[in-house]
Amino acid sequence: MVTTEELKKVRIPKAKVLMNKKDRLAPGHRLCAGCTAGTIARCATLVTDIDDVCIFHATGCLEVATTVYPFTAWRVPWFHNAFENVAATASGAEAAYKVMVKKGKLKKVPDIIAFAGDGGTYDIGLQSLSGALERGHDFVYICYTNGAYMNTGIQRSGGTPMYAATTTSPAGKVIPGKIQWRKDLVAIAAAHKVQYVATASPAAHRDMMTKVRRALDVDGPAFLLIDMPCPRGWRFPEELSVQIAQQAIDSCYFPIYEVYDGKEYVLNPKSKAIANKPERKLPIEEYMKGQGRFRHLFRPEKRDDLIARFQEEVDKEWDYLLKLVNMSK
Amino acid sequence: MTKTKVTKGKRIGMTGDEAVANAAAVINPDVVAAYPITPQTIIVEHFSDFVHDGEVDTEFVCVESEHSAMSACVGASATGARVFTASASQGVALMYEILFIAAASRLPIVMSVANRALAGPINIHGELTDQTMCRDTGWISMFSETAQEAYDNTFLSFKIAEHPDVSLPAMFGLDGFIITHALEGVFPLDRKFSQDFLPERDMKHPTIPGNPVSSGLLALPDYYMEVKYQQELAMTAARKVIPEAFKEFGEKTGRYYDQVESYQMEDAETALVTMGALAGTTKYVVDKLRKEGEKVGMLKVKTYRPFPTDDLAKALKDVDAIGVIDRDLTFGSPGAALYTDIKTSMYDYKDRPQVFGFIAGIGGRDVLVEDYEYIYKQVLKNKGAEKVVPVEWIGLRK
Ligand SMILES: Cc1ncc(C[n+]2csc(CCOP(=O)(O)OP(=O)(O)O)c2C)c(N)n1
Ligand code: SF4
Ligand SMILES: [Mg+2]
Repeated sequence: MVTTEELKKVRIPKAKVLMNKKDRLAPGHRLCAGCTAGTIARCATLVTDIDDVCIFHATGCLEVATTVYPFTAWRVPWFHNAFENVAATASGAEAAYKVMVKKGKLKKVPDIIAFAGDGGTYDIGLQSLSGALERGHDFVYICYTNGAYMNTGIQRSGGTPMYAATTTSPAGKVIPGKIQWRKDLVAIAAAHKVQYVATASPAAHRDMMTKVRRALDVDGPAFLLIDMPCPRGWRFPEELSVQIAQQAIDSCYFPIYEVYDGKEYVLNPKSKAIANKPERKLPIEEYMKGQGRFRHLFRPEKRDDLIARFQEEVDKEWDYLLKLVNMSK
Repeated sequence: MTKTKVTKGKRIGMTGDEAVANAAAVINPDVVAAYPITPQTIIVEHFSDFVHDGEVDTEFVCVESEHSAMSACVGASATGARVFTASASQGVALMYEILFIAAASRLPIVMSVANRALAGPINIHGELTDQTMCRDTGWISMFSETAQEAYDNTFLSFKIAEHPDVSLPAMFGLDGFIITHALEGVFPLDRKFSQDFLPERDMKHPTIPGNPVSSGLLALPDYYMEVKYQQELAMTAARKVIPEAFKEFGEKTGRYYDQVESYQMEDAETALVTMGALAGTTKYVVDKLRKEGEKVGMLKVKTYRPFPTDDLAKALKDVDAIGVIDRDLTFGSPGAALYTDIKTSMYDYKDRPQVFGFIAGIGGRDVLVEDYEYIYKQVLKNKGAEKVVPVEWIGLRK
């Protein structure tokens, strides 16, 4: 059993070492240009041993775009079952690997990563995830959130930001996009008292990779929520993906932090810097105005009321997070 | 023909559910992922005892739903493991989506179905619709008339499912309460038999570390059809593998099975055809009618998928009329599941019987000896009809 103190000390190899490793996700896949799902998948799998990792995948953009028969972009064992059940699928595989270890057919249970989008996690896959976390299977669940069902044409999910326009929460004449706030998936995962839960961002890639490695080193389930800017669904130029991810951190809409043992909240450098110097916090308007999904808040007339309302929610969540962090000290 | 031979070993009293759990424990699968539902619960409970008493090496994944049960079975089976589960009714309906994926992924998962009527109205009693509704999923599908047959079907299902030419999941049913909960003498088998009858599963492309294979890919119109056709080929292969499996099992245990069991059919002019536990009473009624001088026999369809068209045609060659008794429903259809299949398969044969359909025992309603006698009389009465006689619901309150 890895202790929480040991987990905090887990580091990843230097960039030079990682760069010389063979990508587990090969180029030539069909993700959109600028899609950070590829960035996340490549980074996450790079911190695994190519011969000691198995990937399980929920239906969604990353799955569909990387495995169009008869091609696959994956250089590691990879299995897709359905949309809402990747946690259960990985549970079954993990149980099977355990038996193989018992019977001497396998040295150890490999690193298991389950990838799913926000739709496959916040919504339809929540039960499967909760069951697997509760049962304590040794695997890492990575939810990459692009805040909508992108694969099926940008429909809202429980992770879609308030006021974002999606095809099922359009910016209408009366209703300005999605009217609900996103659900707090990190708190839900942490409430299962698993040893490691964290958020991460492609704008802090080494931090993200370190978190994946920590999650994998846990003897049991671990959960990661990773922000995944989607140029197609969020309507921004594809070269700005990482910049948008950075703004999500800077505005505190997507702070990056860890939760150890379901109770110890730790901010990671980029978010910690803002906690230390609150004046560095980016107004949410700056984050929103660069994305077409919020365009109706700026044109034809600027909706300061709605932007203020959004800011209020961001502030509330951020303040609450800071409270949790301070309580953990 | 079913030959009965005295089997070695002591006969032990057990319910159908216990029989299945005991058989599964003898087989000692790598992974069992299951969720409880009446009348299957005893299987999971009994098997949990084996796990917690250390009598099996199985990892038991006690999941939070049947959808997850089947999903976990798929994940486990994808690694090359031997995987078992059990369900019924609402549970099978909840896993329906994943049943198709299990079959298309060619994963030889075995599931026992404690056949139960589907809601609504909610009901917990015996009916086969929860399994007949799976006919399009791509699973091998068998039924059991007795606890002994359910016990034996556990072994046979693995044998057929894991055969390299087949590599398909297999389900077998046992009628809720009538078989699942009734105590019966069962001749058990042992680990030695199991290891000999069921050699280790040998999967071609397992999802295991170091084997960079992708499975479960998106197949678009350019390839999807070929994948589906291969599933049909696997079913065709199963038609050959099934009788071989039955033969080997018979030679090793003295218990012989057929895809279509014939009872008192030698000179039969009329036959009653059914599946599962109804076959037991049908045999009793056939004996009774024979004593009264009636030339009647019974056919029990044991393997529902793949459907034993040839065997049925052979068995029905010299029969004038049959009554098909379905304990299952499909609405707005020309008739219930077995009836429509039999009619369709017989249509092109020159020597074919007239087929009359009956629906009985729905939601666990008792089917009495008088009901079978009535069905027989109706078949005789309708014989020679020149247009389709509507399917009749037996024992219905009007
Ligand atoms: C049971 C079921 N319902 C609906 C779908 C259709 N579907 C496939 S992917 C998807 C959305 C995926 O969204 P998300 O999980 O956020 O992944 P993304 O495509 O955004 O990466 C939907 C609705 C499905 N495949 N299965
Ligand atoms: S739609 Fe978005 S998530 Fe999907 S591939 Fe394109 S950029 Fe990536
Ligand atoms: Mg999404």
